[in-house]
Amino acid sequence: MSILVDKESRIIVQGITGREAVSFVADSLGYGAKIVGGVTPGKAGMDVHGVPVYNCVRDITGKERVDIAVISVPPAFVKDAAFEALQNGVPLIVVITERVARADVVQVLELARQRGARVIGPNTMGLISPGKSKAGSVGGPPQDARKAFVRGPVGIMSRSGGMTTEIANLLTQNRLGQSTAISVGGDPIIGSTFVELLPLFEADPETKAVVLFCEPGGSMEKPLTDYIKANGTRLPIVAFIAGRFADAMPGVRFGHAGSIVQGKQDTAAAKVELFREAGIAVAEEFSEIATILKERLGDGKHVY
Amino acid sequence: MRFYEHEAKSLLAKQAIPVPQSVLVSDAQEARRAAESLGSPVVLKAQVLSGGRMKAGGVKYADTADEAEAATREIMGLEIGGLKTVAILVERRVRVAQEYYLAVTYDPVAKLPVAIFSSAGGIDIEEAAERMPEKVARGNFSSLTPFTDYVVKELIASLNVPGADLSRLTAIASRLAQLFLRYDLTLAEINPLAKLGDGSFVALDAHVDLDDEAIGRQQALLKEMGISPEGREGRPSTAFELEAAAIDRSDHRGVAGRVVEFGGSLGLIIGGGGASLTAFDAVRKYGGNPANYCEIGGNPSVGKVAALTKHILSKPGTDKIAIIMNVVNNTRVDLVARGVIKGVVEAGYDPAEKVAIFRIPGAWEEEGFRILRKYGVEYLDRTASIDQAAKRAVEKTAR
Repeated sequence: MSILVDKESRIIVQGITGREAVSFVADSLGYGAKIVGGVTPGKAGMDVHGVPVYNCVRDITGKERVDIAVISVPPAFVKDAAFEALQNGVPLIVVITERVARADVVQVLELARQRGARVIGPNTMGLISPGKSKAGSVGGPPQDARKAFVRGPVGIMSRSGGMTTEIANLLTQNRLGQSTAISVGGDPIIGSTFVELLPLFEADPETKAVVLFCEPGGSMEKPLTDYIKANGTRLPIVAFIAGRFADAMPGVRFGHAGSIVQGKQDTAAAKVELFREAGIAVAEEFSEIATILKERLGDGKHVY
Repeated sequence: MRFYEHEAKSLLAKQAIPVPQSVLVSDAQEARRAAESLGSPVVLKAQVLSGGRMKAGGVKYADTADEAEAATREIMGLEIGGLKTVAILVERRVRVAQEYYLAVTYDPVAKLPVAIFSSAGGIDIEEAAERMPEKVARGNFSSLTPFTDYVVKELIASLNVPGADLSRLTAIASRLAQLFLRYDLTLAEINPLAKLGDGSFVALDAHVDLDDEAIGRQQALLKEMGISPEGREGRPSTAFELEAAAIDRSDHRGVAGRVVEFGGSLGLIIGGGGASLTAFDAVRKYGGNPANYCEIGGNPSVGKVAALTKHILSKPGTDKIAIIMNVVNNTRVDLVARGVIKGVVEAGYDPAEKVAIFRIPGAWEEEGFRILRKYGVEYLDRTASIDQAAKRAVEKTAR
């Protein structure tokens, strides 16, 4: 198993004729993703690497099931694209676009809750279930994705898109495969935070452990540790917190829009403390993620 | 993007939220005239984009025009939190009966707008909120349903404010919430919101942040208010950083030039967002002394990487450079390798000597590694992690 995306997932891409989308559609098809259609207003009848293009989402949802809509349109059009997908019943929306206005993001997320749908991102590279399928640009071309990602027992949730692949690569180098890797997005407000995704990993029999990649800023960690303190979790969790140096420079933005230290509670040091209290192992060095995971999983038992 | 206090107050006034009578001045003579026209006593407030202004001496009271002139001389040169005072707001002083706190922002956990009201306003609101949680009320509201007053009325009423105050406070809070929604703000805060002796309310200080991602669609507002987004972010950029930014702008392909200057000996070309943070931490952990922070990504051109490399090497005291990125999907390893070598050679150095380590695995890595071998540059592939690469770079570099 895996979560959210697998071989059977039927994916559409909104903004499919854009430069970035054309490239990740080719990569995704090569990886085995089932992309059933694309949307670009005014370009109905075209195709992108054999994927038919439509004017509207309903032109596709009207005749077949759609599980995931990947949105790759300019920031000003994201809200409309997401509303269109949500109102046409798409249950999972992946917003690749970065620099979307906060007010638009909040409205999209509120509508998604009303519709019982889930949003990943914005400012995400998407998600991948190794050996099965992917939604978004994560992993890059199929031959590169196959080098970095291998099927196995570890779930990944990362604030950084690039580091999603880097963590998978580290695990793969250590013979630890991945169930699903999710780039959750670098913005201050995102559709699916750690605490919202953890229960999915917990319910997935294939997932035996989870890795988190965190940065200073934002407020994703406290709800997660509150949840774990209240409910416990069957999954060993290993976290890595990048950008510890930024604690000394409050108000300076390094990395993502969300990674800016504004109060005491969002420094890297505060996050380390929260994790320790909740029993989440914190890797002091990046490569320690693999060492700790092997200890927690029992050496030799869960490797691929 | 943060507004100066006087800009924030103009915005409040535009929405019919009462603010004190004021004049914006830039020197002592103007301050004297302002005090005379407003009528003493006045308060003089440094216009600066950082908090802690009161405690840093950026706010002074004056009973006469002479005092206003003298106080201006003290405030005008002040640097607060590393930021310059750009002007002084001279305000007519009012007699305050009670201070409230009012704010609207986004709640990242509920993922909704949130209004916050407190009957313990003033400069130490954070501590007051911790000490007396019963004096703070918070309430989320919908971003989809049109805003109406009851949302903030419920909030304010929950703190048992006396009779007539409820309606007056509700009207102000409602206007603030609508301002927040209409103009893409990420924070609209009035602290303190003062109740005066005659029972009226006035916003004595205000903090407004406009969403950086909405600056484009709020051009009409910015133009109308004469607000320029330039030069507001943190400390002013150094000449070194500005030149790096110019390199980044010179070519639209990819990012290579978002640089923060530090004083060390190891020049860094690192990326993307999360990987830069990871690599920078690792360099420091192993005792390295970074000359700069930077972010590259999005497949920058050879020329852009070369220019950035040359620029980083030009900084006095830079002994070597390290190039470290995560496993890349879109950026091409060979293009970065070519760019780095071109930059080092053009700067008159031997790449084998000047590049401490090159660690970028991923797209086009075979070709990239072939080029690096040709020039004798030490590189690491995907079997080595980011921290191992950082460690190797530190070992090879003079402190």
